[in-house]
Amino acid sequence: MTKPESEWTWKELPIGNVVLEPGNASQYRTGDWKTLKPVLNKELCIHCGLCYIFCPDMAYSLKEEGYFIADLFYCKGCGICAKECPTGAITMVLEEEEK
Amino acid sequence: MGKRVGMEVSIAAAEAVKQCNVDVVSAYPITPQTHIVEHLSELVANGELDAEFFCVESEHSALSVCVGAAATGARAFTCTSSQGLALMSEITYIASGLRLPMLMIISNRTLSAPLSIWNDHSDAMSIRDCGWIQFFVENGQEVYDHVFVAYRLAEDRKVLFPVIINMDGFILSHVIEPIELIEQEKIDQFLPPYQPLHRLHPDRPVTMGAFALPSIFAEAKKAEEEALRSSMPKLLEVLEAFGDMTGRYYHLIETYKAEDADTLIVTMGSCGETASVAVDKMREEGRSAGLVKIRLWRPFPFEAFKNVTLRAKQLVVIDRAISAGACGPVASEVKAALYGEAQRPSVYNFVAGISGRDVTPRDFIRMVDKAEIEIEEGNKEGFEIYGVRE
Repeated sequence: MTKPESEWTWKELPIGNVVLEPGNASQYRTGDWKTLKPVLNKELCIHCGLCYIFCPDMAYSLKEEGYFIADLFYCKGCGICAKECPTGAITMVLEEEEK
Repeated sequence: MGKRVGMEVSIAAAEAVKQCNVDVVSAYPITPQTHIVEHLSELVANGELDAEFFCVESEHSALSVCVGAAATGARAFTCTSSQGLALMSEITYIASGLRLPMLMIISNRTLSAPLSIWNDHSDAMSIRDCGWIQFFVENGQEVYDHVFVAYRLAEDRKVLFPVIINMDGFILSHVIEPIELIEQEKIDQFLPPYQPLHRLHPDRPVTMGAFALPSIFAEAKKAEEEALRSSMPKLLEVLEAFGDMTGRYYHLIETYKAEDADTLIVTMGSCGETASVAVDKMREEGRSAGLVKIRLWRPFPFEAFKNVTLRAKQLVVIDRAISAGACGPVASEVKAALYGEAQRPSVYNFVAGISGRDVTPRDFIRMVDKAEIEIEEGNKEGFEIYGVRE
């Protein structure tokens, strides 16, 4: 979308509310739904990629140093990555308590 | 002039759908609609109609197939009755919300319980608010004619709404009537091939039926509501164009001997013809009676309705369904239409002919007698189910 949906007037909406721009869901910030965010302890991480595989929102991607990092623009804070991590390297932390 | 032939009304409806050269027919059998799709299935099997005929597992799927087909730009048709329509109801709101043109004929039948196969309007009223353009027609010729009107209207870029034609089950669907068929060349001129505004196609991907948050839902519904209301001029234009082609000019509200009448019967659907016989009899007796017939149920033609009813003293509104705990749905619309007027007729409401019980001209006269007496005695807004054994 070219602007946030809260700014659209009824006259501007395409007939039938068709979304004409393919793939524009990537512009939608689902990250602000969360209360808990995943924090990675790199010392415990074994680079297995299970967080990347299990993440239902495909928020994880492989970064340069070989760590899988969640993009907090998309991460909804479900905690599946923390639950599945075999070494307990991911903990879910209240966003405002992050240090 | 087209050829006039004796034909079962359901077959005439199917022939009209064939003449519209639909791409997709999807339906599930249910009495009394079945003859329409049975005949269409024959036409497809015989190669007379080049369309996909989908035998689906339920009415929910039947309408879903039409939604999918229309989304790809196909001209789609379905029809149903009663319980089948109830099962479709979820999808009716989706078809209109997505602004997908298509046609559904409802061969109106009572909703269970008690279980019944006979005719009334309880099925149509169950989806009254689904956002489709909704017609009620009076005879076989009107069924046949409205198929062309419906597609031309639905597919117009200024409209883009699905359309329902309500025809009374058995009373119309299973009766052989003289039908004047329209030449195919005329239909091809009247109804050009469907040119969708948006459609599902890999070359130009779009998303239909996306999620809407509370921050945008009201805007979406406002746009849909404004579009439905503002389809009225196009509706009149299409009916006018159809009249120019066939000589049969239809109006949103039809009248019969109504101009100077003190008492007006208000009907919707096939019972209008019976009521006109009753009006003739009352006129012969010197009574000031007339008839108003509602053709377009949604969007409701408030102005056209007021224009022909405001000068009457009383309206006797015949409903073929009950809005449980309130009154007949037609009467409640009629009252809403008149409420803002300082001078307005009394509205007496009868629910009559539910589940196919015959309503004869004599019954209409009795209802008028009763209403006139009750109103005279001060019961100006009465409601009753007519002809019930005490």
